[in-house]
Formats: sequence, C-alpha cells, structure tokens
Amino acid sequence: MTASHTPMIDIQNVCKSFTLHNQGSATIPVMEGATLSVSPGECVGLVGASGAGKSTLMRLIYGNYLAASGHILIGGLDVAQAEPREILELRRKTLGYVSQFLRVVPRVSTLDVVAEPLLSVGTPVEKARDRAASLLAQLNIPERLWSLSPTTFSGGEQQRVNIARGFAYDYPAMLLDEPTASLDAQNRATVLGLIETAKARGAAIIGIFHDESAREQVCDRFIDVSAFSPKVAA
Amino acid sequence: MSDYNFAYLDEQTKRMIRRAILKGLAIPGYQVPFASREMPMPYGWGTGGVQVSAAALTPDDTLKVIDQGADDTTNAVSIRKFFERTAGVATTEETEKASIIQTRHRIPEATLREDQIIVYQVPIPEPLRFLEPRETETRKMHALEEYGLMHVKLYEDISQHGSIATSYAYPVKVEGRYVMDPSPIPKFDNPKMEMAAIQLFGAGREQRIYAVPPYTKVVSLDFEDYPFEATKADHACDLCAAEDSYLDEVIMDDAGGRMFVCSDTDYCRARREAGHVGRLGSDAPLTTGPEAA
Amino acid sequence: MQSLLQVNNIQKMYGHRIGCTDVSFDLYPGEVMGIVGESGSGKSTLLNCLAGHLEPDAGEVIFDTRDRGPVDTVTMSEPERRMLSRTDWAFVHQHARDGLRMSVSAGGNIGERLMAVGDRHYGQIRDRAVDWLDRVEIEESRVDDRPTAFSGGMQQRLQIARNLVTGPRLVFMDEPTGGLDVSVQARLLDLLRGLVREMGLSAIIVTHDLAVVRLLADRLMVMKSGHVVETGLTDQVLDDPQHAYTQLLVSSVLQV
Repeated sequence: MTASHTPMIDIQNVCKSFTLHNQGSATIPVMEGATLSVSPGECVGLVGASGAGKSTLMRLIYGNYLAASGHILIGGLDVAQAEPREILELRRKTLGYVSQFLRVVPRVSTLDVVAEPLLSVGTPVEKARDRAASLLAQLNIPERLWSLSPTTFSGGEQQRVNIARGFAYDYPAMLLDEPTASLDAQNRATVLGLIETAKARGAAIIGIFHDESAREQVCDRFIDVSAFSPKVAA
Repeated sequence: MSDYNFAYLDEQTKRMIRRAILKGLAIPGYQVPFASREMPMPYGWGTGGVQVSAAALTPDDTLKVIDQGADDTTNAVSIRKFFERTAGVATTEETEKASIIQTRHRIPEATLREDQIIVYQVPIPEPLRFLEPRETETRKMHALEEYGLMHVKLYEDISQHGSIATSYAYPVKVEGRYVMDPSPIPKFDNPKMEMAAIQLFGAGREQRIYAVPPYTKVVSLDFEDYPFEATKADHACDLCAAEDSYLDEVIMDDAGGRMFVCSDTDYCRARREAGHVGRLGSDAPLTTGPEAA
Repeated sequence: MQSLLQVNNIQKMYGHRIGCTDVSFDLYPGEVMGIVGESGSGKSTLLNCLAGHLEPDAGEVIFDTRDRGPVDTVTMSEPERRMLSRTDWAFVHQHARDGLRMSVSAGGNIGERLMAVGDRHYGQIRDRAVDWLDRVEIEESRVDDRPTAFSGGMQQRLQIARNLVTGPRLVFMDEPTGGLDVSVQARLLDLLRGLVREMGLSAIIVTHDLAVVRLLADRLMVMKSGHVVETGLTDQVLDDPQHAYTQLLVSSVLQV
C-alpha cells in the first residue's frame, strides 16, 4: 500500500444550486462551501440526514451535476471545469461510481455489462470476461443468468450486477452509493471484502452507507454533509 | 446528283458534328454533347450514327452499312439507300473495300485498317446509367473517375449467375481514363476495339458523340478472379465452317431444329466463295439473316 | 491530443431564416457527440453542413485527414471531399432507402465502397461483405437478396455495414433509429455501441430521442432555433440541464 500525502480526491469550497427556468426561475441552493479530501487507501463515509445532499455531492464529484463554483480535483483534474472528454477519460481510467440504479442497453448480456468497463480501457475480451465471471460468481449471481440481460433481474440481483460492474476495473478513486443496501449477509460480506481489497490496493473511496456496522467496518472517517447545507438567508 | 445537300445535313451542322468528333478523338471515351438534328427516320434507327457518318463522308468514300453484322437487313438497307440518294457515294457489302462502315451492334470479323472509319450506332451512351439515373451525378463520376459503381454491376452479375453474365454492351476503360459503353456489340467483339481504324460513336436521341482513336488501349472491366472472357456460341458456322466468327442462332422449325451461322454475312460469303463448307453448307441458300431463316 | 473534427462558427441561412448559426465545437477521436433538439431546430441542417451535403454560408469544418493533417473540408476540392465521404467518413441516413441502392443485392451494397477505392477481387469483396453481414447480425444466406426484401431494422443494419466496411473514422448519423420499433431500436443501439468501441469510431448523431443519446453519446449539444443553447457531458446535460429549453426538453420526456 502506498498511502501518499497528496489527496486523490480534493474538494474545495463547492457550491451548487438548481435554477428551475420553467417554474418561475426559482433558484434552489443545495450546497455551499463543501470541502473535503480523501487520500489513496482511505475510505470516507458521508453521513447526514436524508436530503442533506450526500447523493448530490457524489454526483458533483462524478461530474454528473455541474458545480456552480469551487474545485473538485480528482487525480489532479478539476471536474468542475474540465472538458467533457477529460471527464470521460477520468471515468474510464480513474474514477468509478457504483450507483443505486443499473442503467444498461437492453439485450446486452450480464457478463458483457460487467466486462464493459474493462473493455473500454482496452482489456482483451477474454480477460475481461474472465474477470467479470469471477466477480459474478463471488456475488452469487447464478451462471445460467450470465448470458441474459440484467434488465429482467430482480432488484437485488441488479444491484449485485451493478457492484460487479463497478469493481471490474481497479479504479484509483471510487464513489459508492449504498453498495450494501438490501443485500443478504453473505453478499454484504463479499461487497465489504471488495471494498477492503480496493482500499488495500490504494483506492481512495467515498461512500454512503446506511448500514451502520458496514460503515464502521470499512470507513476510516466520516464527514457530515449537513455542514455544507446552505445557510438560510436572514 | 440529288437535290439534297451532300449527305443530307447542311454544312454548318456537319461542321458542328465534326468539331464534336474531333473533341471526342482528343479525349478518348469522353461523351461530347452535340446538337443532334431531326433525321428523316425514327430515333432508335441509328440517327446518331447517321449524323456522324454524314459528317465524316466525302464524295470519294465507299460506304458499308451493317445491322447485327448483316448487310441485308432492313435497317442496313435503308441507311445504305439513304446515303446513296443524299450523298451519291459508292456503297459496298465487302468490308475490305469500304472506307466508312456504319454499324449497329457488331464489329466486322475482318481486321480493319488505318484508312477505315467505323461508326457505331449507340442507343444509351452512358455506361453508368442503369445504376445512377441522374445525369448530373454520372457526369461528375466521369469527371472524378469514380467508377466503383461499374464494378457493382459486374459483382451483381457474378453473385446472381456465377459468372459475368453481361454479354453485350460490356463496359470498357479507354486509355486508362474514361469508362465507355461500346454500344451493344457482343463482348466477343470487345478485344477488336484495339484496332487500326478510327472508331466513332453517335447517340442521336441522347445527343452524345464519343470516339476511340486508332491503336488506343481499350480494356474490358473485370475482377482479378473473374477475368474478362470474349465468348461466342461453342459451334462452327453451319454454312462456312468458320470457328473464329461470332455466330447467330437460327431456329429452323418447330421441332427444335436450329443452325448457327456467321453474324457477319460478308465474312461468311467470302469464306464460302473460297470453298469452305459447313455442316449444312451444301443445300443452304446463299443469303442468311432473318429473311433467309 | 489532435481533434478529429474542428467546427468553427458554422452558419447556414435559408434566405432570411436561420438554418443554424454560430456553431463551434471540437470532436476528438473516439468521441460520440449527440445533437438534440426539436424538429426545425437546425440539427439536420448542421449535420448536412458538416458532412459536406450542404455548403455553409460561413465557418470552417476542419477534418484531420490521414495524409495532409487538418484541412478545411468546406473549401477543400470536391474530388477530395467526395473521396473522404467514401473512405474516412460515413453517413447513416434516417431512411435506409436514402443510403442504400435498393436494386443492388446486400453484398453489392456492402461491396460498393470497397470497389470504389479499387478492390478488384470478387472473392475477397464477397468475403468481406459476408463478414460484415455477420457483424450487423444478418444471416449470410441473405447476401444475394435485395434490400427491398429486408425488414426496416435489417435495412438500417445493412446501411450501417455498407458505411463501415471501409473502416471510416467519422460517422454522421441522422436519426439512425427513427421509424424503427423499440425492440429493433435497442438491438441497433447495442450494435452501434459495440462497433463504435471496437473500431474507435467518432460519431455525430442527430436525434430527438433523448434515450438514444443517453446510451450512445458521450457529449451532447442542444439546439433551438438554429442556435446551440447548451453543451456538455451527456449525463450532466440530461440530469442537470442548465438552459430553460433543455429543462423543458428533459422534463417533457414521457416516463415508462
């Protein structure tokens, strides 16, 4: 493990608001002055009440939401100002995201859905499929389902496919949105094991865990996002 | 002497056509537009060829006219008579003796000489037409040498028939540049197009003239693995026993009887006069072609 | 990195009416850009200006050619532009019959571009046609059938095969899934995505279907009345639209 002192993820003073142009141009501030950093090999848990902005922060980091101001540095690239292609490159090679929802092209087999992150960085097909198969096996997805599209799977199965996909490639930085929610004990243990392994190889991780014991097991420290809630203007 | 201007057309028109011919000779295979005139015969009867012949004829010329190789079919006879009356030139059926030969759909078997001109009647001068209906587009394709489409046609032939089934109007590339329709001559005649005589092509309805100067390279398009073949019926002439001439198949009766005869009537006659006798040669009439059959 | 296509201030007017105006962007190798907007927003006009089908009134479309490096295709000679569109460029029309020769067999349709660049070996041309039919999931036995005997989805896949056979670097697509039923659309999208990745293609896709761009496009450009109103990463534009029109567009999509 190479725990360097330069943070992998470095967020400085990020603000975010939504302007609803079609609803009387109402502006809703949702985040103000968000600042945090995560070093390689470290896992930081985001906490705070529902609606405090945990998922919003994750989406800002992933470049899914556009920050109004501030800097979001991932491996040196400022996501808040980067070109789309730079963000795409970052997502391919540096920053992984396990969201709560699986979004895939219908008809693509589960094995290929999981292998895709590897294929997009040029891993040979056979090698990528091997890795995908091993992850799916670890997460107890029955082999007879691998050739089917995950769109028809149950919620729990879809979530495990999503996790397998998220862990297929060894990203130096990862965002995990409720990776253990609604998993049985065995699969939950597997996922926590995957997180531990990722930490051990030096990944910087930001996670949202409602499951308190999971949170305690993998997180090195916690950040309460309520602190970044916009102050109500007086 | 007749009351017509020599060879029917007025002198200005002949000049205009000669300019088109010269331009065509200067750019072998290129289709030169010209102001085609109304002729006293319907389109499809060789109005293009007739205008080119009229512009090329001099009073000292000897004219031969053939239709599918035969000197004695309606089309050939009418055009020959047309020039006998309007130009008063000598005519002949012997390829050797002709200085200008107007033809529909054949090249004579006898090798042509430097002092001869052959004029082809052309129905549709544009080889790309059946694949690309827009004239603006085909002109551009010629200008930019975009001839891939021509091979698409040959590809389709092979994929549907197992070989290149195009047997007439087989496209050629002239002097490595323009792809040209050789008029509906059988592909058997294609290799003869590298000849000593001047070749002129006239399309009356389509208003195009093009030309191939003597000794110009004329290559039939093909694929590396399906090379061009000049084919003919696998028989000898039943009248003159010639094995090297292009043959017409003539149905003799309702019982499947048939005979193969030279499509070039002059060639066949000359051989029979020289003593060659084919399978049915002894009792067959001396004239052939549709009327004879 | 050198951009594959650099578009500077493209403008096309139809009389006093704006077709599209002031459009600029860079497209990098391997990038897929979606152009969305309602009918009449100028997206097809723009695509046709970029692909050389329409001459823009102003602006540059600079393409990184293989032999000469970056060249403005607007002022490039016509033969050169036509050569590009047969080799390094491809154009997938919304209606397959605009992009296919309906009277020529599937094999001949695929082989045309090969023959246009000088391939003269029937066996090899046919082998590649069969290989491409397989890649677009059309049975080999259909190689001698004409596209008129194909379903809409098959025709569209044939059009794609015909376009990609020469290994182009930039593909223009005009509503590639328009007019196909949804199950066929999904199959086509999956196919396109695979081909884009395998061949490292760059693509510009015009569509009004936001689901299509979410699955295919890396980047998005939103057009309204001939103007670009918003650009950005596809998921960012769709999930966090900034411009009023984009917000309206995104919120107008029917949920299933």
